[in-house]
Amino acid sequence: MDFGLSEEQLLLEQTLRGFLADRVPITRVRALRDEDCPNDRAIWRALAELGMTGLLIPEANGGSDLSLLDAALVAQSLGHAVTPTPYLSSAIMLPIALRDLAGAEPAGWLNSIASGELTFGVAVTETFSVREGAGLALSGGKLSGKAMMALDSCSADQLLLAIDDDTLAVVRSGTAGLTQSRLSTIDSTRCLAELVLDAVTPEAVFEGAHDAIARMLDAGRIALAADTLGACEAMIEQAVVYAGQRKQFDRLIGSFQAVKHLCAEMIAELEPARSLLWYAAHSFDALPAEAPLMACHALAHISEIAREIASTSTQVHGGIGWTDEQNLHFWFKRIGVARHLLGGPEFLRGRAAELQQLTAAA
Amino acid sequence: MNLEYAERYQDFRLKVRAFLEAHKPDKSLLEAPPAERARWLTLQIEHGYWARTIPKAYGGHGAEPDLLETVIMDEEFNRAGTARGMMAQGPSMLVPTLLEHGTEEQKRRWIGPTLRGEILWCQGYSEPGSGSDLASLQTSAREDGDDFVINGQKIWTSSADTSQMMFLLVRTEPEATKHAGISYLLLSMDTPGIEVQPLRTMSGDLGENSFNQVFFSDVRVPQTSVVGNRGEGWKIANTTLKHERNSLNANAEGTLLRLMKLMHSETVNGVPAMASPVYRDRLMKLQARVLSMKHHGMRMLTCSLKHESPGVAGLVTKLQNCQLNFDIAALAIDVMGELGGLYDHTRYERDRGFWQVHSIFSLGLIIGGGTAQIQKNIISERGLALPREPKPAKA
Repeated sequence: MDFGLSEEQLLLEQTLRGFLADRVPITRVRALRDEDCPNDRAIWRALAELGMTGLLIPEANGGSDLSLLDAALVAQSLGHAVTPTPYLSSAIMLPIALRDLAGAEPAGWLNSIASGELTFGVAVTETFSVREGAGLALSGGKLSGKAMMALDSCSADQLLLAIDDDTLAVVRSGTAGLTQSRLSTIDSTRCLAELVLDAVTPEAVFEGAHDAIARMLDAGRIALAADTLGACEAMIEQAVVYAGQRKQFDRLIGSFQAVKHLCAEMIAELEPARSLLWYAAHSFDALPAEAPLMACHALAHISEIAREIASTSTQVHGGIGWTDEQNLHFWFKRIGVARHLLGGPEFLRGRAAELQQLTAAA
Repeated sequence: MNLEYAERYQDFRLKVRAFLEAHKPDKSLLEAPPAERARWLTLQIEHGYWARTIPKAYGGHGAEPDLLETVIMDEEFNRAGTARGMMAQGPSMLVPTLLEHGTEEQKRRWIGPTLRGEILWCQGYSEPGSGSDLASLQTSAREDGDDFVINGQKIWTSSADTSQMMFLLVRTEPEATKHAGISYLLLSMDTPGIEVQPLRTMSGDLGENSFNQVFFSDVRVPQTSVVGNRGEGWKIANTTLKHERNSLNANAEGTLLRLMKLMHSETVNGVPAMASPVYRDRLMKLQARVLSMKHHGMRMLTCSLKHESPGVAGLVTKLQNCQLNFDIAALAIDVMGELGGLYDHTRYERDRGFWQVHSIFSLGLIIGGGTAQIQKNIISERGLALPREPKPAKA
């Protein structure tokens, strides 16, 4: 019985955090908010050099074939550093989807993701939430329609689209009839896009992809929960440092119980949530029957505590926390937008109840 | 990450299960006459399922400590619906303290009968003016020849009315500073000068626990009753409190299952509560918290097995678990609606009043064993290294 991280996992995390602190500090994140798309290719290639983009890719395709828990630790560190990068879509959701589609890899995509030459956007919003008349249809081999809030999709090389809950398609960026436009959110560290397709010819279509889509969503939810947990860690660290330095009324504000109890409440929520996340990620590979429920609970719960932590950390900072200059808002906004990307807490809890057949009671 | 048990632990589990099938008593220990209780506890000690790691010389089974064996025994006894050993203040708090700080004579005299339930103990710590600030306690033990003479008052003394013995904290060195003047004493409850008065709580007459106030007037106790050295009672009590906090982990997973059962059976306007999206959403929120705490427990267990410090993660369990239990009871009471307040085994009462008892006792546990506010001080000061509150300047 060993419920904890291995030496290798701790080393992976340490290596990545060291790299991000050094190469993608908050000043770099700030600079990238002025770009058309924040997903900087140099960061992506550097992550590939560290082996991070190929964790879920088979060794035969240049990856290291590790577990989702390993990839979730990477996602957590990226959230901790608010790093703009298409990791969730390209290094987690796409490889998981392709794993479930036997013989579905015609173009060396996996090799190119592992080596850092290729990125993928992923459009799955409409499988759980249709708004603004969005939706895709395949007719006579051509794709038409609209996909909203597509992940990492304004500058990716390829796009993976869910047509319905049983069909996936891959479309090359810049194909005739495809319009990719960024939807700016409050979070400048994540690329989200609207895709409009007018009789677009796909590179590939996969029928019978029901399980692939479900697994990809479970993995995506666990990884997004990890990203948010990492952002929470960073917000708590900053609040604790600030409360231990800032003086008012001739005292460090962290000595006031009104302030230190806020810090205690944040960490008291975070640590058990970390345990839940580890279990959810572990279940994805080791106990797959449990993974759909654990993915819903982990993301819903972590999204809920994250909203409180984001608000509380900002309040511990007082007025300076509300300024642009202090940078704390990058984490607040990353947490705020992530909350709804792969299903918000209310949707996910409804799904958790369905998975346990609790909705049949009526 | 590997959640499987090694083969020898799987074998151990089967052994425990077979023992319980062969020997499990029909009724709870709480209702059994003392002699029957002692027989059952003695049988458990012989097989090594109770007092497993306590030396044979002191009445235990004498095995090497193994945390996973403890976890397996607890799981199997829970599964069988019977108590492992005896959940009481003697075995859970006094025995570990004596093992660490007692004299050879104290260990031989007290540990065995305590483990077998032949001697029941109560704890004399809190006083009316000393709750969270326990070290400010005022009950005095004045030296008089070979004895101490005790005067003062204790409160929140569970089971003082049914116990033969008390372990308590008293001030033996009035001149010493606050923490240095305290000693840890063992006292027979039939000593002249002790008066026990029941303390009625908000739970009324239901529930498993009875609280009391205990008054001491010139109570005489030999100086040999001190555990450890005179004046070191505060340090020794902290060992005991550590054991108390470890014993306050209630089984939220089982309570949540009971809540789910209630939500299936409880109907309003002919519709089961489980069919209400509002109640169901609250249930799912609680389920996520229960799963968090369950796996957090496994993570803490792993840290203990590896002799690693869990850091701040180890300090949040009491705070989170106690609030979670209160919140589970709160949803159950809300689901029962206007019938949720029924009590005292009134007609229409559900689950024999379990949910109100659970709610009130969970609230008690949020306060007892270090209030939520004290827990937050500990988490922020010891766990996050935030500065302590400055002491007020002396007037």
